[in-house]
Amino acid sequence: MNNLPPETPAPAGSAVRGVKRPAWARVGERILEGLIYVCGFSAIVFVLGIFAFVLKEALPIFARESFSLTQFLFSDQWYPTSELNKRYGVFAMIAGTGAVTLLAMAIAVPFGIGAAIFLSEFCGPKLREALKIIIELLAAIPSVVWGFIGLSVMSRLIMQYTGAPVGVNVLNGGIILALMSVPIIVSIGEDALKAVPDSYREAALALGVTKWQLIRRVLLPAAKNGLLAAVLLGVGRGVGETMAVLMATGHAVHIPHSVLDSVRTLTANIAAELGEAPAGSDHYRVLFLTGVLLFTLTFGVNLIADLVVRGIKKR
Amino acid sequence: MNAPSSHSITTRDLSLWYGTFQALKNVTLNIQHGLITSLIGPSGCGKTTLLRCFNRVNERYGYVTTKGEIRLLGKNIYDANVSLQALRRSVGMVFQRPNPLPISVYENVVFGLRIHSERRALPRRVLDDAVEKALTEVGLWHDLKDHLDRKATTLQLEQQQKLCIARLLPLKPRIILMDEPCSALDVEATRAIEELIFALKGHYTIVIVTHNMAQARRASDECIFMLLGEVMEHRRTEELFLTPANSRTSDYIEGRYG
Repeated sequence: MNNLPPETPAPAGSAVRGVKRPAWARVGERILEGLIYVCGFSAIVFVLGIFAFVLKEALPIFARESFSLTQFLFSDQWYPTSELNKRYGVFAMIAGTGAVTLLAMAIAVPFGIGAAIFLSEFCGPKLREALKIIIELLAAIPSVVWGFIGLSVMSRLIMQYTGAPVGVNVLNGGIILALMSVPIIVSIGEDALKAVPDSYREAALALGVTKWQLIRRVLLPAAKNGLLAAVLLGVGRGVGETMAVLMATGHAVHIPHSVLDSVRTLTANIAAELGEAPAGSDHYRVLFLTGVLLFTLTFGVNLIADLVVRGIKKR
Repeated sequence: MNAPSSHSITTRDLSLWYGTFQALKNVTLNIQHGLITSLIGPSGCGKTTLLRCFNRVNERYGYVTTKGEIRLLGKNIYDANVSLQALRRSVGMVFQRPNPLPISVYENVVFGLRIHSERRALPRRVLDDAVEKALTEVGLWHDLKDHLDRKATTLQLEQQQKLCIARLLPLKPRIILMDEPCSALDVEATRAIEELIFALKGHYTIVIVTHNMAQARRASDECIFMLLGEVMEHRRTEELFLTPANSRTSDYIEGRYG
């Protein structure tokens, strides 16, 4: 630049133009920066906003003499519309959610982790891409469609093969939910296995491990945090899923004694009853309180999953 | 069994392709038993590829094709009845970057024993002995005997590399392959590893790939110079460096290219 006369303005398009830019460009950049900043923080604002709203709708219930938190959490008496003795116990629904989620995980975890191992260690690149696309398609099926399959196809099969009088029950919901969680478990599990440095594989192979020993002694221990996170996110999905379980579990307020019992989940209860509960009534507020409970549950699960994943990165 | 007993590794017309790219061209070699042999040559000359043929670890990539013959201790390793696990048990490998497994020091050393024997055959005492013996042999026992449960990936790089050598020893390999074992280490650590390699000489046949010509010169008995997938020259190290027979060898060791 020394050969330029000192007073000459730099020609448009040259590299020095950035030194003194027009005011609108600088202001524009400020505005853009601000916008991106706002976008970043909006997530926090939305989460807090939603939580505050749900909490605000729920809180007044605590002022009612007739309401007790112990009863809410530990009683299985759910009679929100009784004329004489309204009772708001969601324990049966907690048990329902727990049972369906547990069964779903018992099915989905072996399948999901197995599929993740197959994708990352056994199949060739072409097959892997094809399978990943198909698995993502599985994740893209709307939950109401899953519910529909549960209600029509699965329930008939369950009645046919188990002899149960009702086909919509824990087993049905668990299978449907398992199918819905598998894609999450597979894709996160595969990422976790892929994140295991290849040098570990080479080290073990050069010592003469078989494929099975490699998986059991090297890959699973090295990827265990990521795999645990995959499972926990699957659990989060199970706890939070609404429409499919509403349609597939039978909607009976009842603590299940076998997988063939119909149950109602926390989410399904809110979805089914909120429309009929008069705004501001106790019933309405208790449903919101159930929302707070769910929020806390899924938040807890996701938080643990997140901490576990962070554990991987720190290593 | 018909190979001369003074040779641990012999190859005959060994060629190797990555897809359509030919990385090794008709390599014929006799590597002496119990000596340190270094493989030198510019990047991409095939020296690491050749090394990785000797325990067939190249084959984990599906697109590799090999032709020719490799005999280790007289046995053709491409025979159909060769078990990869048994082959790799008798041929240890040390990598460019130290790669201990993310488990304890102790478990790293006994890893090979655990994968190659029944659990019943490994009472605690046998394992303890193996750990002490292997770590003593690589000079880590004094520093690490009180830290055997420490995670191996938290050690210093030099210690990690020594540990990677130590974990081969309980399996009593006959041959140890080293792929630029010092390239991730500083001067002091390099010296320590070289001394260790010297100490291991005699018990094991050691083949070491190196980028560092000075290292090849001071740390090996025999030296193989490779260029573009072919062996140019294979002689005693001092002869190769003092009176190279091939003009391309002399150009390379004088630093005219590479």
